[in-house]
Amino acid sequence: MTLLEAIDVHVEFTARGRRARAVDGVNLAVGEGEIVALVGESGCGKTTLARTLLGLERPASGAVRYGGAPLTYSTRALKAYRREVQLVPQDPTGSLNPRHTVYEAVAEGPRIHGLPGERERVASALSRAGLRPPERFFPVYPHELSGGQRQRVVIAGALALEPRVLVADEPVASLDASVRGEILALLLRLRAELGLSALVVTHDLGLAWNIADRVAVMYLGRIVESGPVEQVLSAPSHPYTQALLSVLPESPSPIVLGGEPPDPTGIPGGCRFHPRCQVLAGGQAAEAGVDGRCRSQPLDILPAAPGSRVACHFAEAGRAPA
Amino acid sequence: MSDATARRREGRARFWREYRTQRSGMYGVAILVVAVLAALVTPLVTDPSGLDVTRATGEKMAPPSLGFPLGTDESGRSILLMVLWGSRVSLLIGFLSALLSMVIGTVVGIVAGHFRGWPSAVLMRITDWFLVLPSLVLALVLAAILGGGTSTIVLAIGVTSWAGTARLIRAQTLTVEARPYVERSRVLGAGHWHVMTRHVLPNVAPLVLANTTLTVATAIVTESTLAFLGADAGQASWGSMLRGSYDWGAVTSGAWWYVLPPGLCIVAVVLAFTLCGRALEVVLNPRLRGVS
Amino acid sequence: MTQRETQPETQPETQREVRRETPPETRRGRLLELRDVAVTYRSAAGDVPAVRGVSLTLGEGEALGVAGESGSGKSTLAMALLRLLPKTARVTGGILLDGEDVLTMSWGRLRAVRWASASVVFQGAQHALNPVRRVGAQIAEPLLVHGTATPARARTRVAELLEQVGLPAWRERSYPHELSGGQRQRVMIAMALACEPHLIIADEPTTALDVMIQAQVLALIRTLIADRGISLIMISHDLSVLAATCDRLAVMYAGKVVETGPSREVFTAARHPYSRALAEAFPTVGDLASRMAPRGLGGDPPDPMRLPGGCSFRPRCPVALPSCATRDVELWPADRTPDGQIPDGPALDAQAPDGQAPGAPPPDGRIPPEHARPVPRHTAACVHVLPEPAKESA
Repeated sequence: MTLLEAIDVHVEFTARGRRARAVDGVNLAVGEGEIVALVGESGCGKTTLARTLLGLERPASGAVRYGGAPLTYSTRALKAYRREVQLVPQDPTGSLNPRHTVYEAVAEGPRIHGLPGERERVASALSRAGLRPPERFFPVYPHELSGGQRQRVVIAGALALEPRVLVADEPVASLDASVRGEILALLLRLRAELGLSALVVTHDLGLAWNIADRVAVMYLGRIVESGPVEQVLSAPSHPYTQALLSVLPESPSPIVLGGEPPDPTGIPGGCRFHPRCQVLAGGQAAEAGVDGRCRSQPLDILPAAPGSRVACHFAEAGRAPA
Repeated sequence: MSDATARRREGRARFWREYRTQRSGMYGVAILVVAVLAALVTPLVTDPSGLDVTRATGEKMAPPSLGFPLGTDESGRSILLMVLWGSRVSLLIGFLSALLSMVIGTVVGIVAGHFRGWPSAVLMRITDWFLVLPSLVLALVLAAILGGGTSTIVLAIGVTSWAGTARLIRAQTLTVEARPYVERSRVLGAGHWHVMTRHVLPNVAPLVLANTTLTVATAIVTESTLAFLGADAGQASWGSMLRGSYDWGAVTSGAWWYVLPPGLCIVAVVLAFTLCGRALEVVLNPRLRGVS
Repeated sequence: MTQRETQPETQPETQREVRRETPPETRRGRLLELRDVAVTYRSAAGDVPAVRGVSLTLGEGEALGVAGESGSGKSTLAMALLRLLPKTARVTGGILLDGEDVLTMSWGRLRAVRWASASVVFQGAQHALNPVRRVGAQIAEPLLVHGTATPARARTRVAELLEQVGLPAWRERSYPHELSGGQRQRVMIAMALACEPHLIIADEPTTALDVMIQAQVLALIRTLIADRGISLIMISHDLSVLAATCDRLAVMYAGKVVETGPSREVFTAARHPYSRALAEAFPTVGDLASRMAPRGLGGDPPDPMRLPGGCSFRPRCPVALPSCATRDVELWPADRTPDGQIPDGPALDAQAPDGQAPGAPPPDGRIPPEHARPVPRHTAACVHVLPEPAKESA
């Protein structure tokens, strides 16, 4: 059932002599045919987690498991893994070599893996990605395409390897509003037609609402809330999720958190969100008698369970936060 | 397989079609074709005995005349004959040593840029060593150890002039490696060889070409310097002619026919390489197309 | 033809509504007026029409959002307002800022206007700041250049400005790389405010920012325009951001305004199918209609050098009629009638005589002459006026 899994993954960097815990203990599972959205601000570690799941970073501790087996990092094992788990990068323009035609860009994966029937494979990947008729796009260079078409070429490049999971890092962030829905609809269609699973990394809650089955909200290297999209986004339990939802342009009463995105080189003690937490600052946490714990007692790492989970002392205290 | 060769042939045809639209590049090709043809045809139509000082027939330092269209040198040899035969030596040494230098520099640069960590560090220290070493002295020493001859000069120039290219190529490799499409390629399963040959090499190629242009020019000049210092290929070249004209005070005595022909030949060939390099860059880089 | 004849009968009602809610520009006076502005880039391949006849007005203290995808001409239009376009661009029409035509101004006057009357907040704050100069010096630069302040006075002013944009005064000693993306965008806003302009033009001011930082910057912009009576023109492809910040919206497609109107109305009940698609691109979280149903717009923006005949949106339009291939509809009144109904578009004229030259404004697609009608608050350039969209709530 579970296809791709992160088990207690920690990833660390050394930046200017200081240790940054970019991913600080994450359990996350993507089931077969499931679309999971990983949501958070820049600097929360969501992209690092995605890169770790792709085998581009090695976890300091913990493991990535695919189909139940832990990922090994030998050249051969990684190459085999690439046929199963593919990336849809953030910036389609930068992700296409300007010197390669569409055909070459899509054929790159099959050539690396020496797959038979290159031409048919490229044509079918392009038409699956919505570029029809595919032959018309073969000799075209990326700079002759629109942003949406480039993203389709990149997706076709991943599809040409017939993977089972797509890891999409902000797949529509650099695209125009008008093409955004088309690309998201394409991801949904690929799931319906090919049974593809996807982990979509984004800062955009509307995207999660549009296409994801489950959502995991990440803050400062940890997942603070996860669960089915309807539950988490309609009735968020974590104050951070509430704040993120409240600043959407449509929202009636925005809770604008002060300060800048937090710094993974200095993770605060206690609940890592407490310095910016509006529930703590507003006194509701004190009313519930959890303010001491918020400041001093770290929270457990959430398990990768399908139901709704939240890492918050206040929410655990059984109160629905205001 | 036939599909791949057909595509490659089609690619070459497309390349030439696009290259032909570059007018300055076509001028460059024309000059180079003339120079190379002259070098190839010379032994068929002229007699090399005129290059021998003892068998020179002309007057010393005579201005252009019907018998000697470009005048004569201090020994009475025909300048035209010397320029024609000199083109063979100069072009051959220029091409071969630039090629050698380019190959070493590109390989070292790409490898040092692609593999981070100790391989890169070791290669760059070697590069730095070649960079700070007085290359002319090194070339002289090499030529002295290996003995005279064209191949010695080529080796001496090639081995001492690649360091700058390597640094340049490494810097460009680093920027290419940082591009998202290289990461995408890795995620598709690409190994080192694939990334270096399919992404890095095509992207540094214009730089390599532009740099080769300069290296050919430098090599021709270096060859003349070496010739002056005693390490010549044993034959008249444009460089050694310039040297000779300098030694005999051709400029001060107004013997322009001794200075200008070899000088202009060098300028023309260097210019031709620059024009070709520019045109190639435009054709190889799709984004530059359409920009004037 | 019938539509035009029935028009006067509906007018008195519209008139009453207009009196009840006076449009902002008549209430507060016009700061900026664009009259049939067109921008054409000359290129080797021929002329590229980027903006094709845009008329807009901006009242004092009003915030106007200009929406559209890349290539719609929205950024070109914004840059044309202060003649910031490259030399290859030819601008025609009239751009009246405080009654003065920007296009015919002398360079000296234009320089003065660029800082004192109107200033620009560019997108990509990290590239618009000089990396080797302290931000304080960069904010003070326009004050010193225009001789409006002594160095000592400029220092105090910089501290004030930083305070206004929510940064501590000591930040003036920082270099751009020491600031986060949101802080840099605040510095850009402080620079724009330095000479107390009447108008700020913000080109995608929040595009590269995170949701929370975007909310902070938008809140700052809203406060500034409300407190200081500054007018704002904000450019974005995100209709929801514009709707949350601006009073009025203008939606551009292929160099033309295809819909204008009050923000909420354009966002929630767009009359033009293109605006509708833009508005639906960003779903409302909780709206069940958009759950597992991302909506977008097929096709690609047209090549400005090869615009289709008739309505340029037709190839991508989900509700196009056969006649759309030959007739291009001008902006048409789309105000809600007093009983809350959304009026019909000129679609009834679909049987209008065929064979009109493509692109030529058909007589029956036009709004009646200005003196014969009230200024509509909401207009759309489409044969249809779309009905209210259905929304389910979670």
